[in-house]
Amino acid sequence: MENIRNQIKIFFLRILNIPFAFLMHAIDLIMWPIQKIVGVRNMPYIFLLPNLIFFGLFVIVPLIANFFFSLSSGDELLFAERELPTTKQYDQLFDCESYLNPNTCTEDFFWRGVYNTLFFVVFQVGLMIFFSVLTAVILNKKIIGRGFFRSVFFFPVLLSPVVVGLIWQWILLKNGAFNAIIESYGGDKVSFLTDPSWAMASVIFVSIWAHMGFYTLIVLAGLQAIPPNLYEAAEMDGTSRERIFFRITLPLLMPNLLVVFILASIKGVQTFDEIYVLTGGGPGTSTSLIVQYIFTTGFASSGSVQNFGLAAAASMVLGVVLLFLTLMQLYFSRNKESKHQEI
Amino acid sequence: MSETASRIMKIVTKKRYKNKYHWTDYFSYFYLFLGVLLMFGPVVWLGLSSLKTLAGIQEYPPTILPLSQIQVNVEGYDKPLPIFNVTQEDGSVKQLAQIKRIGINAKMVDPLNPGETVKVPIDKREKIREFKIQWENYVDPLRKYDFLLYFKNSTFITVVATIITLIINSMAAYALSIYEFRGKNFALVFVIGTLLIPLTIILVPVFYVVANFGMINSLWGVILPGAATPTGVFLLRQYMLTLPRELIEAARMDHASEWAIYWRVVLPLSIPAIAVLAIFSIMWRWNDFLWPLIVLSKSEVYTLQIGLNAFHGELTSQWNYVLSMTMVTLLPIAIIFAYLQKFITTGIASTGMK
Repeated sequence: MENIRNQIKIFFLRILNIPFAFLMHAIDLIMWPIQKIVGVRNMPYIFLLPNLIFFGLFVIVPLIANFFFSLSSGDELLFAERELPTTKQYDQLFDCESYLNPNTCTEDFFWRGVYNTLFFVVFQVGLMIFFSVLTAVILNKKIIGRGFFRSVFFFPVLLSPVVVGLIWQWILLKNGAFNAIIESYGGDKVSFLTDPSWAMASVIFVSIWAHMGFYTLIVLAGLQAIPPNLYEAAEMDGTSRERIFFRITLPLLMPNLLVVFILASIKGVQTFDEIYVLTGGGPGTSTSLIVQYIFTTGFASSGSVQNFGLAAAASMVLGVVLLFLTLMQLYFSRNKESKHQEI
Repeated sequence: MSETASRIMKIVTKKRYKNKYHWTDYFSYFYLFLGVLLMFGPVVWLGLSSLKTLAGIQEYPPTILPLSQIQVNVEGYDKPLPIFNVTQEDGSVKQLAQIKRIGINAKMVDPLNPGETVKVPIDKREKIREFKIQWENYVDPLRKYDFLLYFKNSTFITVVATIITLIINSMAAYALSIYEFRGKNFALVFVIGTLLIPLTIILVPVFYVVANFGMINSLWGVILPGAATPTGVFLLRQYMLTLPRELIEAARMDHASEWAIYWRVVLPLSIPAIAVLAIFSIMWRWNDFLWPLIVLSKSEVYTLQIGLNAFHGELTSQWNYVLSMTMVTLLPIAIIFAYLQKFITTGIASTGMK
C-alpha cells in the first residue's frame, strides 16, 4: 500500500517535472552562448542580474524618486509636469502652531495619524509582547496536546487582513456575537467600532489577535534555546517556580525580547490593512494611522485631487522613524550575537 | 529490610515537581482553553454562520448552529411567513404564522384557516426551527457576482508570482553561495539593504514606476514589484552554503554548463528551502492587500481580497454572501496550513520572517 502510494507520488512529481525541465532546457539555449561569450568567471553576475534589476527598479529607483516627489508639487505623476524643487510639501506637513495639538495644524489629519500611531504602537506592542511571552512560556511546559495548542495560537497569522477585518467587524457589530455574550452576562451593549472611545481599543485588540502567534513562535524558539541544565540545577536546589521564571527564564530571554520588541514596533508603525477593513480609520479619524494618511492623500482622495507630493513627504517622515528603529534592531541583535559568543 | 528498601527507593525517585500540581498548571490549562475559544472560535463561528440564511445571521441573540425558522406560504400573503408555536390561554399549543409584529403584540394567522387573524402577546410565542444549510450563500456570489473571476485573478497572481520569485531568487542565491567573485560582498549588502525598505515608505514612486511601464490595472503590476525578495535570497543562500562543493566540481568536470549545474545539481538539492520559500510566497501573494488596492481599480482585475473588500463596502447588509466569500478566501490558506503546519512554523522560527 505504502509502496503504491509512493509510486503514485513519484509519478505525479515526474509529470510536474516535465514543464519545469522544458523551461530550464529552453533557458539553457540562451545561457550556453552567454557562458561562451562572458566565460565561467563572469557567470555569477548573469545569475544575479534578474534579481538586481527587480531590486533596482522597484526599490532603489523608487527610494531616490521618493526624495524628488517629496520635493515637488503638482497634480501630475510625471516629473516633467511637476514643479521642482520646492519644500512646499514639508512646509505644509509641519505647519503647526503647536505640534502637541493636531487641531492647530494645516494637515491635522497627518498629525492625528502620528499621535494615533504612537498610541497604537505603545499599547499594541506592549500588550502583544506580554501575551506572547505568557503564551510561549505556557506552550513551553510539558502539557497535553502541545502541538494542537501551538497551531491554534499561530493560525490567525496566516489569515489575510481582509479576512481578519471582516470576521471581527461582523463579530463586533452592535448586534454581533460579542455583544450577545456581554448581554448574557448582564452587561450593556457596546458599539465597539463606531464609538470613538472604543474604536481604538477594538482595533488594538484585533491587531494583537491577528499577529500574536508570530511573536509567540519567536519567543518560543528563544525559550527552547535556554540550556536545560540551568533548570535542572535550579530544580536540584529546590528553587520555586516563580523564582525560576524571574531569575532564569526572563533574564535569558531579554536579548531575544528586545529584538522582538523592535520588530513588532517596525510592523506596528506600518499597520494599515486590518484597520482599513475594520473601521476605515474611523469613526472620524480616531483610528487612522500614518500609512492610512499616505494612502488617502496619495491614492484614495475621492473628489479632490490626489496629492502625490504630500504623500511622498509623509512617507519620508515614516521612513526616518523606521530607519531609527531598524538601526536600533541591528545594534541590539549584534549585541545579542556577541553575548552568545561570550557564553 | 523491605521497609528500608522502599524508603531508599522513595528518596531516589523523589522529584520535587512530579505528581504535584502547582497553581501555574491549573492556570496554564485555563489559559489555553480560553485561548482556543478566542483564537479558533471566531473562525468556527464564521464557518457555521456562513451556512445560515440572512435572517438567521441577523438574528439577535444569535444561534450557534444554522437553525433557521420554518416559513410557510399562506394564502392571501405574498411573502412566506415565519411559523411560531403559540401557547393558547387554555394551555394548549398551536402553530401560527406571524404577519407582523406590533409592539409587544404580534398579528398572527392560522395557516390552515387564513381568513381570520389573531393578536398574540410576543412572549407567548416560540420560534419553530429546523436545521437547514444554506448552500446558496456559496453558489449565488459565484454566479451573480464576479467572485469566480476574482478567484481566478488571485490564483494567477499567486502562481505566476511564486514561480518568478522562486526562479530569480534561487538564481541570485546560487550566485551568492557557490561562486567567489568581485563585488560579492557589495551584492550581499545591497540585498540586505533592500530588506530595510518596506513598501509603505515608497508607495508613491513604485506606483510611478509601475505607471511608467503601463501596468496600472494589470495583474503584472501586482506581480512584478514584489518578485525579488531579500528574505527569499537569504533563506536559499543559507541553505545552498551547506551543499558539498565536490558535487559542483564533479559536474564541472563532466562539462556541464553553469546553468545546468544550477538546475540539475543545486536546485534539486535545495528543495527543502525552496519549499519553505514557496509556501511563504503563496501566503504573501494570496493575502496581499495594500499594493493590489493601489494598482487595481477596475473590477475585472480585482483579486479576491480586493473584491471581497469592495463587495462588502457596496452591500453592507449582505452579510450572508460576505461571510461565505470570506470563508472561500481563507480556505486555501487554511488547507495549506493544515497539511504543512510543521514546515511553516519551523520555517518562521528559523528565519524570523513572515
